[in-house]
Amino acid sequence: MADLSVKVCGVDFKNPIIPASGVFGYGREYEKLFPLNKLGGIATKGTTLHLRTGNLAPRIAETPAGMLNSVGLQNPGIDHFIETELPYLLTKDVAVLANIAGSTPEECAQVAEKLEATDVHMIELNISCPNVKQGGAAFGTSCEMAAEVTRQVRKVTTKPLVVKLSPNVTSIADIAKSVEAAGADAVSLINTLLGMRIDINTGRPILRNNVGGMSGPAVFPIAVRMVWQVANAVKIPVIGMGGVSSGRDAIELMMAGASAVQVGAAIFTDPYAPVRIVEEMNEFLDSKGIASVCDIIGTVKPW
Amino acid sequence: MYFQDKYRIVSKKAIGRDIYSFEIYCPEVAKAAVPGQFVHIRANGFTLRRPISICGIGEDTLRIVFEIRGEGTAEIARLNEGDLIDMLAPLGHGFSLDPYLKKVVLIGGGIGTPPMLPLAKYYGSRAVAISGFRNASAVILQEDFKKTGAETILCTDDGSTGIHGFVTEPLKELAAKGGIDAVYACGPMPMLKNIAAICKENGIFCEISLEERMACGIGACLGCACRTVRNDEEYFAHVCKDGPVFNAEEVLF
Repeated sequence: MADLSVKVCGVDFKNPIIPASGVFGYGREYEKLFPLNKLGGIATKGTTLHLRTGNLAPRIAETPAGMLNSVGLQNPGIDHFIETELPYLLTKDVAVLANIAGSTPEECAQVAEKLEATDVHMIELNISCPNVKQGGAAFGTSCEMAAEVTRQVRKVTTKPLVVKLSPNVTSIADIAKSVEAAGADAVSLINTLLGMRIDINTGRPILRNNVGGMSGPAVFPIAVRMVWQVANAVKIPVIGMGGVSSGRDAIELMMAGASAVQVGAAIFTDPYAPVRIVEEMNEFLDSKGIASVCDIIGTVKPW
Repeated sequence: MYFQDKYRIVSKKAIGRDIYSFEIYCPEVAKAAVPGQFVHIRANGFTLRRPISICGIGEDTLRIVFEIRGEGTAEIARLNEGDLIDMLAPLGHGFSLDPYLKKVVLIGGGIGTPPMLPLAKYYGSRAVAISGFRNASAVILQEDFKKTGAETILCTDDGSTGIHGFVTEPLKELAAKGGIDAVYACGPMPMLKNIAAICKENGIFCEISLEERMACGIGACLGCACRTVRNDEEYFAHVCKDGPVFNAEEVLF
């Protein structure tokens, strides 16, 4: 049995696997299938200052080796999260990353401020949601805006601050450097890639929002490349995600430079995916005689 | 309570053009399942599972009937007797069953017909099962409905068999006669909208089963949104967890 524990920004994770924000709600539905303490961490559904109803349906479309979503940050608001969901999650012996979002840097900061008095382990600031018209991706696609929203949130929180980056940019490494300089403790990447499908029988986009975020195995090589580029550009830890569906994928992303790995769309195909991935990582490490998963982080030997 | 596992297909039948019936050995799922719920089936090589309504609940088995709609359902249809099928099930909020109801009307449109069969089994001769199809060659499950003791009424859009017209015509006639305690329906949205209107007009309790593109199937991802009204407030419910069965008065068409 290899040592699977990792430490990111001073927070202990018993293993590096974290269900990504948006696929796992607040954990209650999946807890009917497996105990949440089998996970390293949980990134909770993106939460805004007030309740958001999200986009009209259809919000989901299948793509080759992946999917599109345009949920549009439907969530009950930060007060509900703090009163109802967070206390429950904090009893589960798992690191909790509160994913937050907002339409303006000020709204993001207000949400973060409300979390300051809680025992949440980390804040994951979403500056990259492609499914809301204001904020979201708008912050994530310019170095200046990314730095500004990071600075405003940094001012109001002493929690470890992870900034979640958009892949829909020319240079994700430049964005990562900007948020590092603005006070981020870590970055997580990649959020979904903007995509579109059209029903050729009706001529209508399948998603009611026309476009949506693409995820699933198809995006995995892009995630590996971006994690590698960002890990080489910044000194803060990188949490990797994007199309991970097996223990081998998670190992690969860690070799590219990720200190921990989030699992998203894979859980829709196999609801036990996060738990299975932990087991598969352990088997791989044992087969190679590697004592600790930390020993593989960033070990890719580029040509 | 729901489960995810691979279960044995004990029988497979083609019961119509591109329509298949699977009987699946899954004791724990069968024991937990109620009419109106669905199973979420993995299609090999696809990211998203496919939600399929439950057509029969046996002691140790479930029956599902589904139509090939695209590549995912085509992949599921390639499975054969003896193969394992990966299911997350049983899921969703089913129909309200009431042993004291004296007369209920079950309405299925096209591939919305299968989830009506467990209701016919439950209500037996107290049920009138109205089924509507495009034409005679699309008709399924009529013998199954007759075996439950339910009265059956068949409609086709082109009149090639049964009554020429939509399922709403016999419903209106039954409603005019009175004495209907509940209407349950599943099918295309325009059909459900008309049924909901007729029931509202006549003061009849009505539940409808909806369909939406879905990812997790258990209420976590919020993908399958449906506009509803509850306590006078509009909100997005989710077909997988709050539904697929909704009180018709709650749904905003």
